[in-house]
Amino acid sequence: MPTKEDLAIAKQMPDASGHFGQFGGRYVSETLMAALQQLEQTYEKLWRDPQFQAEFDRDLAHYVGRPSPLYHAERLSRELGGAQIYLKREDLNHTGAHKVNNTIGQALLAKFTGKPRVSAETGAGQHGVATATVAARLGLECTVYMGEEDIRRQALNVYRMKLLGAEVVSVTSGTRTLKDAMNEAMRDWVTNVDNTFYIIGTAAGPHPYPKLVRDFQSVIGREARQQCLAQAGKLPDVLMACVGGGSNAIGLFHPFIEDADVRMIGVEAGGYGIETGQHAAPLSAGSRPGVLHGNRTSLMSDEGGQVIGTHSVSAGLDYPGVGPEHAYLKEIGRAEYTAINDDEALHAFRHLTLTEGIMPALESSHAVAEAMKMAPTMDKDQIILVNLSGRGDKDIHTVAEIDGINF
Amino acid sequence: MSRITECFNNLKSQGRKALIPYVTAGDPDPKVTVPLMHALVESGVDIIELGVPFSDPMADGPVIQLACERALLHGTRLVDVLDMVAEFRKTNQTTPVVLMGYLNPIEVMGYATFAEKAKAAGLDGVLTVDLPPEEACEFNPLMKAAGIDVIYLIAPTTEESRVKQICAAGSGYLYYVSVKGVTGSAALDVGEVADKLEMIRQYADMPIGVGFGIRDDVSARAISAVADGVIVGSVLVNKIAELAGNQAQIPEAVAAITASMRQAMDK
Repeated sequence: MPTKEDLAIAKQMPDASGHFGQFGGRYVSETLMAALQQLEQTYEKLWRDPQFQAEFDRDLAHYVGRPSPLYHAERLSRELGGAQIYLKREDLNHTGAHKVNNTIGQALLAKFTGKPRVSAETGAGQHGVATATVAARLGLECTVYMGEEDIRRQALNVYRMKLLGAEVVSVTSGTRTLKDAMNEAMRDWVTNVDNTFYIIGTAAGPHPYPKLVRDFQSVIGREARQQCLAQAGKLPDVLMACVGGGSNAIGLFHPFIEDADVRMIGVEAGGYGIETGQHAAPLSAGSRPGVLHGNRTSLMSDEGGQVIGTHSVSAGLDYPGVGPEHAYLKEIGRAEYTAINDDEALHAFRHLTLTEGIMPALESSHAVAEAMKMAPTMDKDQIILVNLSGRGDKDIHTVAEIDGINF
Repeated sequence: MSRITECFNNLKSQGRKALIPYVTAGDPDPKVTVPLMHALVESGVDIIELGVPFSDPMADGPVIQLACERALLHGTRLVDVLDMVAEFRKTNQTTPVVLMGYLNPIEVMGYATFAEKAKAAGLDGVLTVDLPPEEACEFNPLMKAAGIDVIYLIAPTTEESRVKQICAAGSGYLYYVSVKGVTGSAALDVGEVADKLEMIRQYADMPIGVGFGIRDDVSARAISAVADGVIVGSVLVNKIAELAGNQAQIPEAVAAITASMRQAMDK
């Protein structure tokens, strides 16, 4: 168990060079170094600037609709017969997921740095939609990279992005999913570094991205902490959030790091099962450290160092790495990570819809599924706080296909 | 003196510039690579950059991405690439060989193991695209101890203060990336390159090669007028792709391109 001092240090991470212990850092080609150093300086200055903070808070309140509610899922809790399940309703944000918290913040940075164009990678399309949305609002040109396979899985979001005026580029290299979209977005950035702000959607990538994405997303945990104290009169016993790159999870976890009694559980995509190798759960599978997309982290790669193809029913979790802060929190023993398989996530998707009238994104369904497993093992006066990171409308197509229904 | 430094010294005394081809190891088949390296040497190249295939080559354009995919179809790993270097060294002890690639294969092999195996294979230099000097405090001393030059990129976006830092960290030669973009992208501006090289030379105590955007005899010759070395990749890899179904012709066809560039540079 980490000591109080360890946790105080953990709360201050990353260090000055952008590392979270042995993870993180800035592993990029030279062309991007100047842009990253500039971004770091701009961010450090603006993040402490009251005017920037005020504008960020105003946008979160009036454009995103924050604070998002903390909802006590009483029927589900009663049925499971154990811990009380509370849902942090990020699905109610404008555009339907937590992603917009971060794109609002990064778009403000783009505005302050005067870049006329933004680019992004997207898996499930939620980050792409959130980026296209803020770009439309600020009148910025927007290009979103998306794997060909994900474009098929998430047709609705693709059309949404186009309606918002974004160009959606289909990525046909590699495994045609989020990882390859990120490769392509980085290639775009290398080429257009002078006029483009690259809006990374998850708490990964080269320093300072993991830090700034976490900071923008930490509004989730700050609100949840206050709301839980106000509604239940105590802190939650367990935090639960799905982890692909891990931006919604780190946003929830970070404000609780020093609350040593609050367990933090990240739920990765188990795909067909960890034992099949067909998953997207590097931390749960104990993947060795590796370097991809600008940071050192736990990474699914083979004995030759080639990145392994992943599988998850949810496009947003279908990624072979994980944000470096999660790798660090696991290493120091502050957070735990586990995996939920496709079929368990699908069951949770249906079950939450039926019992609470809330249709979760397939990504968030992984966290719901783990909560459903764990709640019966806990006492009725204990609390599991689940980050319901997004709504499931975008996944109806996928679920219908599994049911054999074709629209 | 390293083989790379010796190579540049010899060229300098002859008033010539280095021609440095890049090919991806194992593309389109591992059997092609060593004969291709020998054919390149025959055609008059001075140093060979051998690409280590990687599943996610983020700094490369479509041409080299596809080369990586072809090489990976045969499962060409870092350890196999080092075997190719050793094979090449059996009959060639003079031409420097530099590995160019991404960090993860080296990371997974382990820095110390890599240093040891690379030295044993007769490797001369290593250029790791996604390992800037800031992250190389553990890697560089191991390479230095193994007598392997660590070659760094300098980009058009690199500020003067960083140029100084990179020059201090690197050895062998510097690789100036002539365009903002991925490999095989837009044509370069020789005037701009010349200006930037002048600035870099204030800090560099080693030769400077220029790559990205060199695609024919004319651009090779133009760059050789301002740089110490001309690095050419995508145009060769394109030829390899074209002949993927006719592998026996690859060494000769690729060497014909470098032979012609050699002539243009020496004119």
